[in-house]
Amino acid sequence: MTDEPMTGAKILLKALMDQGVTDVFGYPGGAILPVYDELFQQNTIRHILVRQEGGAVHAAEGYARSTGKVGVVFVTSGPGATNAVTGLTDALMDSVPLVCICGQVPTHLIGNDAFQECDTTGITRPVTKHNYLVKKTNDLARVVHEAFYVARSGRPGPVLIDLPKDVSQGLGHYTPLDAVAHRTYRPRVEGDPGKIREAVALMAAAKRPIIYAGGGVINSGDRASDLLTELADLTGFPVTLTLMGLGAVRASHPSFLGMLGMHGTYEANLAMHGCDLMIAIGSRFDDRVTGRLTAFSPDSKKIHIDIDASSINKNVLVDVGIVGDVANVLDAMLREWKAQRYQADRAALAGWWDQINTWRDRNCLAFQQEGEIIKPQYAIKRLFELTRGRDDVFITTEVGQHQMWAAQFYGFEKPRQWLTSGGLGTMGYGLPAAMGVQIAHPDALVVDIAGEASIMMNIQEMSTIAQYRLPVKVFILNNEYMGMVRQWQELLHGGRYSESYMASLPDFVKLAESFGAAGLRAEKVGDLDGVIREMIATDRAVIADIRVDKNENCFPMIPSGAAHNEMLLGPADKAERPISEEGMVLV
Amino acid sequence: MSNQTDNGERHTIAVLVDNEPGVLARVIGLFSGRGYNIESLTVAETDPAGGLSRITIVTSGTPQIVEQIKAQLSRLVPVHKVSDLTKEGAYVDREMALIKVRGSGDKRVEALRIADIFRARVVDSTNESFVFEIVGKTGKLDAFVKLMQPLGLVDVARTGVAAIARGAEGL
Repeated sequence: MTDEPMTGAKILLKALMDQGVTDVFGYPGGAILPVYDELFQQNTIRHILVRQEGGAVHAAEGYARSTGKVGVVFVTSGPGATNAVTGLTDALMDSVPLVCICGQVPTHLIGNDAFQECDTTGITRPVTKHNYLVKKTNDLARVVHEAFYVARSGRPGPVLIDLPKDVSQGLGHYTPLDAVAHRTYRPRVEGDPGKIREAVALMAAAKRPIIYAGGGVINSGDRASDLLTELADLTGFPVTLTLMGLGAVRASHPSFLGMLGMHGTYEANLAMHGCDLMIAIGSRFDDRVTGRLTAFSPDSKKIHIDIDASSINKNVLVDVGIVGDVANVLDAMLREWKAQRYQADRAALAGWWDQINTWRDRNCLAFQQEGEIIKPQYAIKRLFELTRGRDDVFITTEVGQHQMWAAQFYGFEKPRQWLTSGGLGTMGYGLPAAMGVQIAHPDALVVDIAGEASIMMNIQEMSTIAQYRLPVKVFILNNEYMGMVRQWQELLHGGRYSESYMASLPDFVKLAESFGAAGLRAEKVGDLDGVIREMIATDRAVIADIRVDKNENCFPMIPSGAAHNEMLLGPADKAERPISEEGMVLV
Repeated sequence: MSNQTDNGERHTIAVLVDNEPGVLARVIGLFSGRGYNIESLTVAETDPAGGLSRITIVTSGTPQIVEQIKAQLSRLVPVHKVSDLTKEGAYVDREMALIKVRGSGDKRVEALRIADIFRARVVDSTNESFVFEIVGKTGKLDAFVKLMQPLGLVDVARTGVAAIARGAEGL
């Protein structure tokens, strides 16, 4: 501790500076006013004033995911805290490191139902990796440093600090960063050598292997992506990636089979189903990936590498579970492979690739762009083609059909280029996330691929975008429906489109203009390229309203309750195979 | 008490945690949020100087669920150590109960006689009641409570199971 007593607010700001924080997303209010007062009196940390606290948390997620740094959020007590809950949950599900500083009523009022009081630590306990209620100003610096350590270590996640007003206003002493060591939290980062040997021996013997990698590779850092690519090159094994893992291996890599899962490719899902060895790396056997568990990859041995021990054997029992950081484990595996002079079974692999290529030849992502009406897939494809070759493109999405089409048709060539709400599936994520990305990468091309329904969920953030002159591009696939809801109603509920039509949509061009952004619209195929080019060339924010086919569905699809080898490849498939009763109850 | 239950195998798990506000809520929230069973849960500070508490949980589930429970407990930030006593070897488990019985005449005599057999101690007495203190395994306490039922059982307060590994090694 240093001798000079300071206010809690000053201690907080000093701790954030010592953590290297330069940007904070937030919204002030009564209980956090001392912090904002301190913020006013310094120039190191820039505060981005959002329009609703939910936007702040998603923006911090975008900032964190695109940089690998910890995102920081300031919100006030009560409604500020409860508005942050969705974003915190989103960050927990997708393992995004955040520290959320939340104002609280003074300690003597806690529990008294004071104005703007809520039990923030109680509410956020299950949706954060950890949370703190700071009761003494002297504890604050230690708690902040611990919070950053917890947020970024092991499996990253959101940490909330509830900061009562008397603690931020009161005087206390600062604890420097190097004087803080967490008492208990020491996540395991090195894989067990015996299990690594076992895994690599299985890989050398595999005849029909597949690498199934996820967001853990991205979180582990760029080195993990390089090592994963090296592993794919060295072994010649096919690779599939989860929604969260896209970019971990470049989309143009010859061994990449595309995304797997509910809207994954035919070749990826059938390779998962038919493999004899599955190497799961930083992925968690989510239900969107596995389909019906009892029919999931029935004949394979499974290796699972994950930094979170609770991910291993949670949904799917595996033969070799390795707890550790992906980059460290992959590095050890590569060294073991080379040291043992292992060779992949070339003959068996050639046969396996032949099989995979026959699946690939089905061309499962094919769509027909005919006539004047823009197919949503075509819109994404053109967006990809017209931005291809740039190394400064970031794509965020909202949630729904457009998200799946973006995952299918946009080729991600590097990690951290793709930001989407995977676990929680939060509509309204993409716009504030894009804002956060743009703050971290001011000169990059940041595109929020959106649906017209999702974009309305956090449309108020256009005002933030205007205030900070962020050149965020909003690319709306406008089909006037909550498309994925409509698709499920068509497939599962007899075409009864209950409340999924978006009546009374705004004129998005005028909406853009009212926020000082450029508004563009494409109604016919012939308009599309021009609109995309103009969007890219515009140096301020743009909303591009792309009117697409209202009836298009997202295929391929594994219906709920079905297995990987029971995919629907297109509209013609659905009539033949009605969805089971058990499938109907799943989401 | 059999180790098999309707929910699967019964496990006694010891968890060493930082004695900080909310830690018990985290543990209980984990069990309710993920749908795990709690048959018994006890907690008390065991190392005041080190600020540590020990939680003993009796739970049940399939082997996969029990492994999940341990992994989930281990990843809570304030958790120091998780030990599956059932799996890791021999252990001693005990529970204490205070049992109030009201009655007169033969019933009162019979209650005392049974208490003697169970080595329960009388810790409070009036002309018409006793409070017994009994220590033992859960099954023994269950049996004692059942025998007291027809003899005027009024109240039962039980601590839940505390357990510790046999032998010289610590947690």
